[in-house]
Amino acid sequence: MDTESTYSGYSYYSGRSRGSHRHGERSRDRHKSRGKDSRSEKSVTITAPPAEPLLADPAVRGEQVQDDNWGETTTAVTGTSEHSLSQEDVVRITKDLEESVGLDCRRYLGLALAVVLGLLVFLTPLAFLALPHLLWPEKLQSCGTACEGLFISVAFKLLILLLAVWALFFRPPRAGLPRVFVFRALLAVLVLLFVASYWLFYGVRILDSQDENYQGIVQYAVSLVDALLFIHYLAIVLLELRQLQPCFSVCVARSTDGEARHYNLGQLSIQRAALAILERYYCDFPVHNPALLSASKSRAAKHLAGLKVYNVDGEFPEAPAEGPGNNAAAAGMVQSQSRAMIAAAARRRDTSHNELYYEEAEHERRVRKRKSRLVVAVEEAFTHIKRMQEEEQKKAPGDVMDPREAAQAIFPSMARALQKYLRTTKQQHCHSMESIQQHLAFCITNNMTPKAFLECYLTPGPTLQYGRDHWLARKWTLISEASVTSGLKDGSTFVLRCLDFGLVVTTKRIPYIQMSEEYIDPKSHKFVLRLQSETSV
Amino acid sequence: MSKYIPGQPLTAVVERIEIQKLRQGDNLILGFSIGGGIDQDPGQNPFTNDKTDKGIYVTRITEKGPADVAGLREGDKIMQVNGWDMTMVTHDKARKTLTKKNQDVVRLLVTRRSLEEAVKQSMGKKQ
Repeated sequence: MDTESTYSGYSYYSGRSRGSHRHGERSRDRHKSRGKDSRSEKSVTITAPPAEPLLADPAVRGEQVQDDNWGETTTAVTGTSEHSLSQEDVVRITKDLEESVGLDCRRYLGLALAVVLGLLVFLTPLAFLALPHLLWPEKLQSCGTACEGLFISVAFKLLILLLAVWALFFRPPRAGLPRVFVFRALLAVLVLLFVASYWLFYGVRILDSQDENYQGIVQYAVSLVDALLFIHYLAIVLLELRQLQPCFSVCVARSTDGEARHYNLGQLSIQRAALAILERYYCDFPVHNPALLSASKSRAAKHLAGLKVYNVDGEFPEAPAEGPGNNAAAAGMVQSQSRAMIAAAARRRDTSHNELYYEEAEHERRVRKRKSRLVVAVEEAFTHIKRMQEEEQKKAPGDVMDPREAAQAIFPSMARALQKYLRTTKQQHCHSMESIQQHLAFCITNNMTPKAFLECYLTPGPTLQYGRDHWLARKWTLISEASVTSGLKDGSTFVLRCLDFGLVVTTKRIPYIQMSEEYIDPKSHKFVLRLQSETSV
Repeated sequence: MSKYIPGQPLTAVVERIEIQKLRQGDNLILGFSIGGGIDQDPGQNPFTNDKTDKGIYVTRITEKGPADVAGLREGDKIMQVNGWDMTMVTHDKARKTLTKKNQDVVRLLVTRRSLEEAVKQSMGKKQ
């Protein structure tokens, strides 16, 4: 999938689909990623401040019809080198920024639909109450006490409904999912049908016949609002409550370095489960550091480098006769070659484990030495700074510094040790000088000890802790064999791929527990002495 | 030792041992120690595999004492003493039965595992 990270300013979908699973991302603001990933194929990271509409883009199907010349308009971007920016890229990026304004309209279409539905829902009871007064005021019976009491009920129920809908639905969207959120769509359809049926009844039985019993009409409006509140209850149960009870235990493993975590999830569809997992990924997993993987790659390369296969017996493949026959012969040759290589590699007396052992011991020593130097330097630097007390502030306003200046003053004494340590642990790209100084100022302000200051450099923290450039992928691809709107099942697996690595997710169902009870009477705890006498006779 | 089933007759291969009591001062001693009994805990019995056996067992033999001379061995289960049954008695009753002051000699029926095995072997050879 990486090589096909096609992006263009013209197609609406980035990334080819595999089979029937399209990732119907809406195009977002794009900007070029920092070219620090060590890959030869360049691809553009699509990052977006997603503003998901209430109903996940019902206009998706509409887009499909329009975009049938994506073959010509889709372009694959391959950068010339890791850190260069070719002229085409610049042009394309500026075009993107202009295009995205137009594409936002489609995204907001869903939001507009939701707003229309909401207005319809709120104005319907008011319309039911107001229309008789507008259309046949003289025939209408006057509203008695009970009827006016019902007005208050309608007003407050509408207010509660308004607050409840605002609380449940009008929250900033967390993500853009590939497919429609099934439950929300169902609820929207249900609400529409419901309101439509009420309007139908109202139109036929009340408007047409111009019913004079106003109290009946008011009660009808009250029943509508009641039913809407119940639908809202249904919405809460379906959208929020159903997945709270943990049903599945998922194991999430990162493909590059094997970091794994286990989470408990409730009954969710695969795309919602993927979203929940990704949010926890950003908080729990230590940041992905590609620099740490180079050692194993070089070892792997060395394993195969020393062997070359020669064909001594002179078995040449037949001249290409028929396609399948030739392929079989060629495949057979390749297979026997690789088997020979594996056998030879197994027999070879390999001493690479020795090198690995000593290299790792050496690295460990180096890291510990640098760390001790760093700790000493930081502790010494912190002693130069002292927080000024209130009374002193009035006395000597001469050499007073605010936290930032204080940080800048003591930073040079520890900079070199810190830089060397970060280089040894291959973390130097995670922390810029600016961020280190900011962190130092923060620690000084909050009276933190040197050890507390160093903590975030000694251990790699979760991805969220680092600057925005390190959230290298906020665009994720969900690769799944089952449909992404189907629910999680025992044994279902899927992969969440971003540009550098993948998260492999496997699920297991939490077993059904059969518990039985056993009653113990508190008086039943009795004890006896165990006698073992031995008597001599 | 065959397992005791309540209400069923018990079969065992026994050896008849006659011990002459030795007078030591005011006491008549036999020169061994007993353990077990229906009021004792059978689970601690090291001499049997059946940990529910509440019979009387010989736990120690004094060297060169009357019992040793008569052929009693450690680990023997005492089935009868002078005709009195010892398989279902309390520890104290067993002691009293063995130490009756008016008796100079006690005739014991004891059983041990090696006896059973010897009989089985000889029966097997016959066949």
